[in-house]
Amino acid sequence: MNLKERQWVIGGIILLMSVIFIGRLFQLQLGPSAWKDYAARITEEREIIDPARGMILDRNGQIFLTNVPSYDLLFTPRQARLAGGLDTMALSQTIRLDTSKLIAALAKADAYASYRPSPILKQITNHDYAQISGEIWRFPGLQSKRRSIRTNEGGLASHLLGEYRETDREDLNSGQGYRLGDYKGKSGLELEFEMRLRGKRGIKYHIVDVRNDFREPLANGQFDSLPTSGENVTTTLDMDLQAYGERLMGNKRGAIVALDPKTGEVLALVSAPSYSTDFLTGKNRGAHYTELLQDPSKPLFNRAMRATYRPGSIFKMIQGLIALDEGVISTDSRIVCNRDILGCHGAHSMDNLEQAIVHSCNPYFHEVMKRMVQGGRADNIFQDASEGLALWSPRIKKFGIGTDLGGHLSGLRSGSVPDTTLYNRMYGKKRWAYSTIYSISIGEGELLTTPVHMANLAAIMANRGWFVTPHTILDIGGNGKPPSLDSLVETGVDPTAFNPIIQAMAAVVASSEGTGTKARVPGITVCGKTGTVQDGERATHSVFMAFAPKENPRIALSVYVENAGSGGDWAAPIASLMMEQFLTGSVSQTDKEEHILRSTYPFPEH
Amino acid sequence: MRRSQSVGQRIDWTTVGIVAVMMILGWLNISSATAGASPVDWLDLGSKQGKQLIWILICSGLAVVILNIEGEFFIRTSILHYVINVVLLLTVLIIGKKVGGARSWFGFGNISIQPSEFAKPSAALLLAWLLSRGDGKLRDLKTLVQSIAIVGIPAALTLLQPDAGTTLVFGGLIFALYREGLSGNVLIAGFCALLVTIASILTGAAIIDYPWIGEQSAIGLLWLILVAFCLMFWQLIPNIVVPRNRRRVRNTTWISLVAAMLLSAGMHTGLEQLPRHQRERVQVLFGIDVSNPDADYNIRHAKAAIGSGGLSGKGFLNGPMTAYGFVPEQETDFIFCTVGEEWGFLGSAFVIVLFTVLLFRILAIAERQRSDFTRVYAYGVVSILFMHYLINIGMVLGLAPVIGIPLPFFSAGGSSLMGFTLLVFILLRLDAERVSVLR
Repeated sequence: MNLKERQWVIGGIILLMSVIFIGRLFQLQLGPSAWKDYAARITEEREIIDPARGMILDRNGQIFLTNVPSYDLLFTPRQARLAGGLDTMALSQTIRLDTSKLIAALAKADAYASYRPSPILKQITNHDYAQISGEIWRFPGLQSKRRSIRTNEGGLASHLLGEYRETDREDLNSGQGYRLGDYKGKSGLELEFEMRLRGKRGIKYHIVDVRNDFREPLANGQFDSLPTSGENVTTTLDMDLQAYGERLMGNKRGAIVALDPKTGEVLALVSAPSYSTDFLTGKNRGAHYTELLQDPSKPLFNRAMRATYRPGSIFKMIQGLIALDEGVISTDSRIVCNRDILGCHGAHSMDNLEQAIVHSCNPYFHEVMKRMVQGGRADNIFQDASEGLALWSPRIKKFGIGTDLGGHLSGLRSGSVPDTTLYNRMYGKKRWAYSTIYSISIGEGELLTTPVHMANLAAIMANRGWFVTPHTILDIGGNGKPPSLDSLVETGVDPTAFNPIIQAMAAVVASSEGTGTKARVPGITVCGKTGTVQDGERATHSVFMAFAPKENPRIALSVYVENAGSGGDWAAPIASLMMEQFLTGSVSQTDKEEHILRSTYPFPEH
Repeated sequence: MRRSQSVGQRIDWTTVGIVAVMMILGWLNISSATAGASPVDWLDLGSKQGKQLIWILICSGLAVVILNIEGEFFIRTSILHYVINVVLLLTVLIIGKKVGGARSWFGFGNISIQPSEFAKPSAALLLAWLLSRGDGKLRDLKTLVQSIAIVGIPAALTLLQPDAGTTLVFGGLIFALYREGLSGNVLIAGFCALLVTIASILTGAAIIDYPWIGEQSAIGLLWLILVAFCLMFWQLIPNIVVPRNRRRVRNTTWISLVAAMLLSAGMHTGLEQLPRHQRERVQVLFGIDVSNPDADYNIRHAKAAIGSGGLSGKGFLNGPMTAYGFVPEQETDFIFCTVGEEWGFLGSAFVIVLFTVLLFRILAIAERQRSDFTRVYAYGVVSILFMHYLINIGMVLGLAPVIGIPLPFFSAGGSSLMGFTLLVFILLRLDAERVSVLR
């Protein structure tokens, strides 16, 4: 080859390389966008802007639950590495976190993503953060993120409001858009109205630099969206009444449920002992939760809705009402207080209905129920009792006992009303008669109710035969009360039948020989009924149900004090104080109040 | 015996224009890469873009001076020029300051000078001087050895710094030697060596379970294939080669086989001897998993920056990867990333075309010379510029290992800009005298 022609070889090589380069550019820039995606992934960052969660308020707009700022400490391993490492000893001292825990947290962050911030310490309170915020900059890779935490400043109504905490695996997989580290309502109203409370989060897209710091908005923010705050939920609770009830029940075990009898709105729902939801937020949740779980007094247990007790003497009123309605007695019927089968208390021998309720006469109601159940519908006494009970049970259920009361209180237990099916199972078909099951006539035996059912019973008395299904929601997001909550239930008992019962309830409180004299409220006619419920070997539960004022009832309530003694001694005065607080806005009976506040579980023997 | 009139009219303005456009484009991209997120402060002479502007002005002045110096001066001082540069390369090994692990720079206060940038034109000049003397052609062994020495001395000295990129650039002068008569087999052998190298890197990293022998490097398998291939070829020789050439072909075959086996073994062990980061760079290039996520950091980000440019780019001063420091060394060795991200395929392809046109223009200049000196020198210029272009763009596009070497007239840096200015404008002066040269 002529040497001059070698220029074409060299030129060819140059041309070949240029063609390869252009082909490569074509592939990188115009081909499948893997590198473009990669570039976007490392230069763009999505910032989630959490919306403010809706507050939960009382019926007067006072705040039960709101949000306060807290801080998470985030760590980006790569930044620390680029800056030559992190002084873990100094950091451990600054943020007061155990060195070994800190090292474990740092290792976890490193394992998750070396160029992304991961939390190493969460929910630092405003107060604690103020002390360390000035030091954080000294530690490379460390930054803080403000977030809001849920706070229940009064520490009230925790059982009803429920828990708000970090999502678990199940929530993350639920497809409802939760991300790792998000919080959500996990029980109570927080869970029930999660979708309304949580709001809609906003997204901001940023262009980040090589240290993953935000530098400028992507595309002038055209893809960004603003967060929408969650809706406020207004409950029917009266915060002052709730607070007072929780105070009265301090150091005791039991429950108070107060209703507005006309609307079915729950005014107070106290379960004692209680705790504050704040106790279960924050960094020590795990330890606190275990502590509550292991407490023998079961503070996590919502006694107001979940505890079932025998109704005891209070049940006698329903017996009387149904008996009147069935026509087996009249208001004037007198029955001998024959104490052979069931014992009784006090000096009385031939009571009418009103007196029997005031005296809580056991033999009277034994006889009344016998007339309903063992009514001679069949020759065979077993058949007769079965037919009689089949008529009786549904009438009791009309008073709400053994039902979910419309289902507006989630977590409410139904309790139970025994029926033929139950006894057939227990004793065998045609193996039982009234003589087998008579203890239910005075509210013992297989009957079970919750404090809510008992308060609802007081509302039925106040309304003379009907109730609105109890509920706790007054308003969501300013849209008013959901109409479904206002459903009225009739008991099917003639209103006039209530007259002697209400007279009796008034006498229980007003009469000098009544069992509920401690329930009196100065200037207000209170109607009530005591109950004293057996609890095995232990002291009896003290129970009281009442409504007031008699003429125009505005509050109906039930009070349970576990293992305290008789209904008149403990539950009645608590009911009195609650009613006075609600009806007058203040409490004048300071001696009574002081006595109750001083008393603690276990109660002294009488 | 030269006539010196009307030299100015014979300057190759096409080349001057291309170089000027490159300097301006380079400066714009340096400005963008330097500014980052903040607006460009065009008048800030302390910034890299400001310094580059000063260097461009200085180099323009230098170009004017060179164009006014008689070509004879460069021919006569070529030995002196070469000796001074070799001395500087030796000196820098002793008193140079260490930057990034290499002793390539003289530091004078704020200014650093890289002597290897000036050694390139001087090697080209001396090579031209040697090959244009009398009838000194590469066919005689003495001239060949002298030529190899001229190229080899600065190549070896830069390798000692170590600056492998510049060593490769000196190696590129083989193109000039080829034009002057070096056997074409050298180029072919070089190409084959490249193939064997790649194959040995790929196979060297793999471990295979051989029957009876157990787990060994796959390089043994490569040898088996080479031997089998040669045996097959050996059998075919009588069928495809005329009798009088058979003996020569047989010799070439077995020599090639032994050379290839030695080369692959050498490359394999050589790679093991390299510092870890360099070995990983080579391995990353061939897609070998080095289990070090940062090993391909540069090249991954370089490819991402270029890839994100798309057809027409993100726009001048608008590339986030450029602005926010994702690409390392982006005003110097990785300046082409900024071109790719901000000017897209259209801009990057334009730069490729610009370099291709420049190289072809200089080839054309080379071939129109009556003077051997100018022709050989022009081929030296082509070789040096081509090697820079090849290694730099190849590296940025992920086609070559990461070897730090500037892109001529684009990358920021006074020494390289001055070196390339000397290289090209000496040629333009010599070319301007082409009609007045009497052979």
